[in-house]
Amino acid sequence: MSLRAPGFPRAGLGILLAVALAYGLVIGVRALYGWDPVLDGDAVLQVALIAAPFGFFIGFGLFDYWFRWASGAPTVPEEHSSHGARSWKDYFRVNTDHKVIGIQYVVTSFFFLLVGGMFAMLVRAELAQPGMQFVNPNAYNGLFSVHASILIFLFIIPVFAGFANYVLPLMIGAPDMAFPRLNALSYWMLPVAGIMMLASFLAPGGSFSTGWTAYAPLSTEAPIGQVFFTIGVQFAGASSIATALNFLVTIITMRAPGMSFFRMPLLVWANFSTSLLVVIATPFIAASQFFVLLERALGFNFFEVTRGGDVLMYQHVFWFYSHPAVYIMMLPGFGIISEILAVKSRKPIFGYRMMAFSLLAIVVLGFTVWAHHMFVSGMQEWIRVPMMITTAVIAVPTGIKIFSWLATLWKGVLHLDTPMLFALGFVTMFTLGGISGVMLAMIPFTIHVSDTYFIVAHIHYVLFGGSLFTIFAGAYYWFPKMTGRMYDERLGKLHFWTTFVGFNLTFAPMHLIGIEGMPRRVADYAQEFAGWNLFISIASFVVGLSTLVFVYNMVVSWRAGIRAPANPWKALTLEWQVSSPPPIFNFDTIPTVVGGPYEYGVPGAVHGVFKGAEVKTTATPAGAAPVGD
Amino acid sequence: MVVGGVVASAVGIALALAIDWFPTLASTQAGKVHTLYDVLLIASVPIFVLVLTVVIGAVIQFRMRPGQEDQDGPPIHGNTLLEVVWTAVPALLILGLCAYSYVVLRDIEEAPASERQEMTIGVTGQQFAWTFTYPKEIAGGEKPLSTTELVLPVDRPVKFDIQAKDVIHDFWVPEFSVKLDAVPGITTSYRITPDRRGTYPVVCAELCGLGHSVMRSRVRVVTPDEFDAWLQEQSQPAVPEGADESQLAAAGKQVFAGSAGCGACHTLADAGTNGQIGPDLDEVLKGVSEDKIRTDIVDPEAEIAEGYGAGVMPTNFEQTLSASELDALVAYLKEATQ
Ligand code: HEC
Ligand SMILES: [Cu+2]
Ligand SMILES: [Cu+2]
Repeated sequence: MSLRAPGFPRAGLGILLAVALAYGLVIGVRALYGWDPVLDGDAVLQVALIAAPFGFFIGFGLFDYWFRWASGAPTVPEEHSSHGARSWKDYFRVNTDHKVIGIQYVVTSFFFLLVGGMFAMLVRAELAQPGMQFVNPNAYNGLFSVHASILIFLFIIPVFAGFANYVLPLMIGAPDMAFPRLNALSYWMLPVAGIMMLASFLAPGGSFSTGWTAYAPLSTEAPIGQVFFTIGVQFAGASSIATALNFLVTIITMRAPGMSFFRMPLLVWANFSTSLLVVIATPFIAASQFFVLLERALGFNFFEVTRGGDVLMYQHVFWFYSHPAVYIMMLPGFGIISEILAVKSRKPIFGYRMMAFSLLAIVVLGFTVWAHHMFVSGMQEWIRVPMMITTAVIAVPTGIKIFSWLATLWKGVLHLDTPMLFALGFVTMFTLGGISGVMLAMIPFTIHVSDTYFIVAHIHYVLFGGSLFTIFAGAYYWFPKMTGRMYDERLGKLHFWTTFVGFNLTFAPMHLIGIEGMPRRVADYAQEFAGWNLFISIASFVVGLSTLVFVYNMVVSWRAGIRAPANPWKALTLEWQVSSPPPIFNFDTIPTVVGGPYEYGVPGAVHGVFKGAEVKTTATPAGAAPVGD
Repeated sequence: MVVGGVVASAVGIALALAIDWFPTLASTQAGKVHTLYDVLLIASVPIFVLVLTVVIGAVIQFRMRPGQEDQDGPPIHGNTLLEVVWTAVPALLILGLCAYSYVVLRDIEEAPASERQEMTIGVTGQQFAWTFTYPKEIAGGEKPLSTTELVLPVDRPVKFDIQAKDVIHDFWVPEFSVKLDAVPGITTSYRITPDRRGTYPVVCAELCGLGHSVMRSRVRVVTPDEFDAWLQEQSQPAVPEGADESQLAAAGKQVFAGSAGCGACHTLADAGTNGQIGPDLDEVLKGVSEDKIRTDIVDPEAEIAEGYGAGVMPTNFEQTLSASELDALVAYLKEATQ
């Protein structure tokens, strides 16, 4: 154990130094200004929440190379020691291999899925009956707030980044991402953000409990647990901005010869569009949380009306990110579905160019609709109608995608295995979420149902029936590539059917109780909703159990599944043209792309060919199974 | 399959319309929103049925059969006509729905023809209680009337001027189908015309803190005569002059469980309430003096009960309860907890 070499011991030291710095800074400043008391616990905590992660990053070694380079010291020539994974320990250090980072991302995100899902189970347990049974109202508000925050910021957004990290460079024929060290930093910000949000339960006054929306002035007046969200989101957001930049540069500059934009697989298009959204929108949520932090910590005034603040301003800034965020959480899933439907229907994607253009249309339109979250907020009234129209119009490009997927199925040879089942489940369930979305664009209807269970139903049809189904589909689809093993098909199908049925039984009735008048985010509710709530709670436990089937399948198959061939699905895209898992630098020979990615059924069609100079070869596969064979 | 799809759409629409989605429709606005929802259902069901039919049809017709393991489908890359159709048709449908929604929006927000007919009522949200203020022209007294229960005469248009004292709340009566946030610093407002007598819940629909789920009150829609009688009653002291101990306590019990809404947060066996946001009054008020009880109610921040946070119990009971109601409440609590 060395405190000088990068790693966990030095990271621990870094954290300690950062906390010491927080104490020093607070005591120093307060003493200079003569404020009483000189030692203020909340102030120290807030500074420490910002400083400690940096202590960790620096101690862990994420900045070593950059520091050396910036200070003019001789940098260690790249000997690729930080590339690839030979044992499970290699996943717990700074690793710059996109395949290792991809797995780090995906596994970490799924861990947070289980945590966030568990909070949902607790929420449903409490709601099974009217009155308070298991938790008090404060803990309840904390549970649903942390549930949403964890699943949005630490599961859906990063898990897509994880899949893309793994497969995107392979798909475009690149040896790695454009900025491997930045990629490592992006990853390590995630566990920090997640642990911070979970640690809020230990804060005096309980965890943050103002919802994932953290509306001011509720959040500026809330107990100190709130800042664990305020600051945690900054790290999660910085992570996604850095990754998005990385994707953009990688896609623009590192495509293999012959890989024109219109030969890119749609997953690449999807991540290109998503990254544009992230880079433009995410700074806005960062800003909204900085407002809260500055108001709380330093007495700035943004939202306190008696001192000239403006309450609605928070919501505008927040939703300027958080509406595009729903596409950040959906477009990568569109990409996954396009890959799977083409391969599993053995047909080209129907209307490839429209599929790409509709993604870009969604990106542009996505920035023009944020105030549909504010139809009952008391903002200026005239803005509602234009935002209703733009919101509803987004259904057009989305409809193009759905219809094109349907046409892709038609006349194909459908392989109905687990990824395909989840893809088909997605197409139907997401249609329902889209339909309730169009309904919600209609102002008079939204006025009635906003802030009710109808909204809860809508977002779960979009994020669970939509995003999560695509994530499951992607997890099964690329499992052989990422682990070199096959998953168990029977368990996969069991997982699909239990999830699909449980999901519908849980969320469909919420539309009804919402319209009937049950507000959301309530710890307790009127007697008339008791029957449906019990039903929903029981159904939600089915969903909870079905997730265990998934976890079991993944863990056992990764350890002992049968060996995967390079291309078990007979797919054309480049990631399937290399071994499973791929060689350490992805391609022993750089591929040349000669055709479209989905030319199934075209006799003799290929997407890429391997010709030309051999690149340096290394035999060890990256991302090997975590335990020895 | 086309026939199957049409039949399924028809059945789907019939089912969707048969479901009793809405609560009682108690305002003219609610009826219009309900009709809009029916139209949305009629437009939506066929789209969902279309998607479902194609998916199920494809699965039945085109699933891989033994021997097809190595086969591919036909290389169809697209069809311009189809793509134009499925861009244009949804676009037209959507613009149509937007236009109709706009008409409904104008309808439900329209001011009544004669302004004099309309009654303006102030609504104030505060953690975690609603206060309703009737202007003195309507209350008929010297000063505006503040209550914790909302009473409205049927068929008379009302405009609510909504404010918040602390954080954002949202004033909603599901049966009226209209809601709007109460925002600190600004006054927001909406109109409704109640058209059905009855008692309906008033709900806070915006997360506003610990007591969000108990921030409820009720609205009674009554005949104009009943309304006038109620106004009369409000101007009388709640407790008759010179009432004896037991009359006073009985009036206090009414206030506790009813209009003041204490029971939503506090457990009190005698009143049969079991709220859990605040302390169990059966326990904490044993042997406490009347003076102390009074301070606890009018100035809850003066001394925060152990284990509970400040800022949860409303601090405006001195304004929303009349002096005699307060006396009665204190007397009742003293009696019920000894
Ligand atoms: C929104 C919830 C809420 C409502 C409504 C509410 N209270 Fe409270 N009450 C609390 C909380 C929380 C406390 C403890 C914190 C404090 O002392 O302020 C409390 C404290 C008290 C106490 C002091 C208890 C002690 O430990 O000494 C009394 C007495 C009391 N309330 C009476 C009432 C009465 C009477 C009403 C109705 C007029 C009422 N409360 C309405 C939440 C509420
Ligand atoms: Cu939105
Ligand atoms: Cu409220």
